[in-house]
Amino acid sequence: MCGAVTAMLKIAVVEADRDRAHQIVDALRDEGWGDIVVLGDATGLARKLGEIEPDLVLIDLANPNRDALEQVSLASQAETRPVAMFVDQSDDEMTRAAMAAGLSAYVVGAPEPARVRSVLKTAIARFQVTSQMRRELELAKQALADRKTLDRAKGMLMRAKGVSEDEAYTLLRKTAMSQNRKVIDVAQALLTAADLLE
Amino acid sequence: MSGRVLNIGYVPLVDSAPLIVAKELGFAADEGIALNLLRQPSWAALRDLLALGHLDAAHMLSPMPAAMSLGLSGAAIRIDAPMVLSVNGTVLGVSPALSSALRASGWRADLTAPHDTLARILAVHDGPLRVGVPFPYSMHRLLFEYLAAGLSDIQAGAFSIVTTPPPRIPEAVADGELDMFCVGEPWGTVAVSEYGAELVLPGTAIWAHAPEKVLGMRRTWAEDNDAACGALLRAVFRAARWLGQSENHPLASSILAQSAHLDLPDHAIDPALTGHITPRTGAVPWDIPHFLKFHQQAGTFPWRSQGAWIGTQISRLTGVPADQATEVAASCLRPDLYRRHLDAADVDMPGASAKIEGALAHATAVASTRGEMILGPDAFFDGATFDFGAI
Repeated sequence: MCGAVTAMLKIAVVEADRDRAHQIVDALRDEGWGDIVVLGDATGLARKLGEIEPDLVLIDLANPNRDALEQVSLASQAETRPVAMFVDQSDDEMTRAAMAAGLSAYVVGAPEPARVRSVLKTAIARFQVTSQMRRELELAKQALADRKTLDRAKGMLMRAKGVSEDEAYTLLRKTAMSQNRKVIDVAQALLTAADLLE
Repeated sequence: MSGRVLNIGYVPLVDSAPLIVAKELGFAADEGIALNLLRQPSWAALRDLLALGHLDAAHMLSPMPAAMSLGLSGAAIRIDAPMVLSVNGTVLGVSPALSSALRASGWRADLTAPHDTLARILAVHDGPLRVGVPFPYSMHRLLFEYLAAGLSDIQAGAFSIVTTPPPRIPEAVADGELDMFCVGEPWGTVAVSEYGAELVLPGTAIWAHAPEKVLGMRRTWAEDNDAACGALLRAVFRAARWLGQSENHPLASSILAQSAHLDLPDHAIDPALTGHITPRTGAVPWDIPHFLKFHQQAGTFPWRSQGAWIGTQISRLTGVPADQATEVAASCLRPDLYRRHLDAADVDMPGASAKIEGALAHATAVASTRGEMILGPDAFFDGATFDFGAI
């Protein structure tokens, strides 16, 4: 994959989640990219990147520390500043895939486009898998939180109206249907109103 | 009324309030549009999604449209701001260690003498002063750099700008990563109440009427979606006018705290809306007039002269030729769109679209379509005036 003559790309992965960082690094190593540094801590990110001098920086689109990366582009010389990729719409397919996977990348200097594409393909595939896992985890957390909200709302109705749990749920569901809203939204509104009245 | 859905990006700060209120109080629905407010984790993410067309419009730092239009930040793409979302609202503060050193030197806060304060800070601090700002192209950075540039004996390398996401600034100050910061509320208040920082100046001490956030959109989007753009401007304008009435502040605080958009408690929102900012633990709060303006003094009007001022500062910081930076930055503000779309909304319009920035030391009545407009103060700390027409 990587010719012996041309130098390896130096890749920096900015990711605080250690497991996720390892998965990305492993996937890149499997493809023959060996020169990879993981930066987990937000502290002094711009300074550390300045010391590492990577050719390519991979970072989650949703990482709040992206703005600190923007700083690097001001500190360095113009010819070596990182440039955010996927913003020039020159490669629609890859741009869409990266956005969907939640990946953003910064390129420093002018590495060979073919090599950058190759790294990005691997990174996009790995980001897709881990982003999917994250979404599932978030959905599971949300389901648990919704469950608690629903139970509190039911409990409140049972106390206030002296009804059974089933009747309380039926009341919430009927209200939701008549207002064309979700049951959880009605439950949440009930709890919010109760908090305000307290 | 249900109608076209607009995807609007924002960063969860108090000054995103006009967008939240436009949605929650139904001003958008009245115009036949629905606002899909999409919270962004960083300004860079918001910028890229706007450039790619995933967002129709966005809450933006006032220098961002010019930086993007000049190709300095992300893709080179023309971004216009047909409305200002908020004016002022920033604070400058120092770390607990620097606060102690300042006070030991006999310094006392004087909001009318920002130069003396910065000079004293540089005098008592060892090494380069690390100054946290939210983004390289932010009014926060422009205000700090403008203040520093006026110090005649400032050494090269006396300070360094460290871009830090606002929610991290309080912690970074406490951990010794930053010596100073310029940030929007509530993060200054949080730095004081939870991390022992001290606020030394409000941003208004540097420029009394600084456009802080704007409503940004791709120039091509505004051209291709004229009706939606007009509906959005009218809805957001009405929200800003509602926010500008002080009797609405308690309800505004509670709407902003209750809505899922901000994740901030009432007590973090109140200081920005009332201008009662506590500079350090136990101190008597400042009472800053016009601390954060949404509508007062034609706050929403996109003055081309404000854009031009931003352009001259960007030129100084980046080396982009001044005439190019000034022209592009001035053209990003679109008073023509503001006038055309708000004409039917019974809005008092100023007679001019540019003014001499910094000329008003006091509130002053000016010529306007309904004759009710009062502008100012808009003075710079050094008494300078900036005449766009004279460039």
